[in-house]
Amino acid sequence: MEFEAVIGLEVHAQLSTRSKIFCACSTAFGAAPNGNTCPVCTGMPGVLPVLNRKAVEFTIRTALATSCTVQRRSVFARKNYFYPDLPKAYQISQYELPVALGGHVDIEVDGGTKRVGITRIHMEEDAGKLVHEGEFADAQASLADLNRCSVPLMEIVSEPDMRTPEEGGAYLRRLHDILVYLGVCDGNMEEGSFRCDANVSVRPVGQEAFGTRAELKNMNSFRNVEKALEYEIRRQVERIEDGEKVVQETRLWDANAGVTVSMRRKEEAHDYRYFPDPDLLPLIVDDSWIEELRATIPEMPAEKIARLGRQYGIPSYDAGILASSRALADFFEVSAAIYAGNPKTTANECIHWKDAVIAGTLSPETIAHAVEDRERGTISATASKKLVELVLSTGKPFRALRDEQGLTQVSDTSALDLLVDKILAASPKEVDGYRAGKAGLLSFFVGQVMKESRGKANPKMVQEVLKRKLG
Amino acid sequence: MAITREEVLHVARLARLSLPETEVERLREQLSAILDYVKQLDQLDTRGVVPTSHAIEMGTPFRDDVVEPFGDREALLANAPDRQNDCFRVPRIIED
Repeated sequence: MEFEAVIGLEVHAQLSTRSKIFCACSTAFGAAPNGNTCPVCTGMPGVLPVLNRKAVEFTIRTALATSCTVQRRSVFARKNYFYPDLPKAYQISQYELPVALGGHVDIEVDGGTKRVGITRIHMEEDAGKLVHEGEFADAQASLADLNRCSVPLMEIVSEPDMRTPEEGGAYLRRLHDILVYLGVCDGNMEEGSFRCDANVSVRPVGQEAFGTRAELKNMNSFRNVEKALEYEIRRQVERIEDGEKVVQETRLWDANAGVTVSMRRKEEAHDYRYFPDPDLLPLIVDDSWIEELRATIPEMPAEKIARLGRQYGIPSYDAGILASSRALADFFEVSAAIYAGNPKTTANECIHWKDAVIAGTLSPETIAHAVEDRERGTISATASKKLVELVLSTGKPFRALRDEQGLTQVSDTSALDLLVDKILAASPKEVDGYRAGKAGLLSFFVGQVMKESRGKANPKMVQEVLKRKLG
Repeated sequence: MAITREEVLHVARLARLSLPETEVERLREQLSAILDYVKQLDQLDTRGVVPTSHAIEMGTPFRDDVVEPFGDREALLANAPDRQNDCFRVPRIIED
């Protein structure tokens, strides 16, 4: 029997605000334990949460960029459970009335476009961090650091529209790019700014009803999400083929072992008893605020890839790499504006020096000058590469270094004529050999001319001059 | 609206309360009475009435995204039953 998988993804993205969602503590990563806490986020009696406007704006901008409908009225709810990383014993979240509903993200798979629905986007606060004392197996206590408590998150829930691990990975990467483009999330997966849980089930091809699903957690990279989905789909299919049933449960991805493991939690742990938080009035968003935020939405990755291809005539593969970072794409466009030669060459250079470009250590002028000098034959490809490396290490301008290092090529025909004449005069035997049909000797002459010019001659032009003189 | 003994025990577990046997039946009666009292609201025709999550008709106020450190970690930790250095020390959590 043929099976297909049904995959839905939940992303928790940390909003890039300076302060927490309900209090004025810093959200900075890596502070001393409990250094970013106050009576509000540690749940002291009598305190009141006050909503961070920026966190709302970031969530609305995400909703607009993913074609969601922003809700004019949404309500914060308490999700109740006991855990020592949650000092209030409830997490402030949104439940029945989230801030945004019903959007979509388009992904590229197998050369086509697929639309993945977004069910909802809601805002919530993060919980603290527990560090286990001593060796895990015999730890007597855990230590709670509440710095992350009340750091603003948005949860983006997809429709169960994905059918393969590749589609899941493509959706996550696209969503990640959108959030980073918007500047609402730094996208750092290692620091937990962008986390993903997956719901996955399998069903026989052609069957409409969903199978029993498992929830996968603990995948901290795109690759791990894909691997965990691959493993889990295979595990569920094998169970069904063995005549067993898939159990609804939460499973943890173990990246080292490459398997998912059941968490065996009691079902009642999920009885969260949500109710509207009496401490927070409904979040009201009016049309003018939405329109104001809509005007701040930059060009999104998919649109940018299409436009770069159209406007500069570069392959969509190159456009995709350039558009993977807003900074890189902007850099490319500025470089291409400074020197409008062949944009494909400029794109290649930007992609080659991608890391330096994103790190901000290269200027668009450097790339524009490198491309221009090469296209005009003033420098060789090797010299160009060497010069950009020198720009990076010395910080001096490209053309100053070019002249200082004497790396300009001799492309002046009369100068090359002289060089070639000199070599030909010194090698009469080889000249006779070449004229007698030993075509391979051409590279000997090129080599001699290059040597004589101490590497400065333009090799392509040397060949042309040689052929003209020997022909 | 009678609630069952199992429901009382379930709610008590969620709230991490241990109930002596004698209290289970007393609470079952009291909780049932409270639900019956609230059930009187069912007599009202609430068609077309938006669910009232809050008593006042206004939106939530906002704060600007400005960091103001609290600056007194000691005061927060002083309330903890147990601590180690600058962390709250809590019993080890065993997932069951």
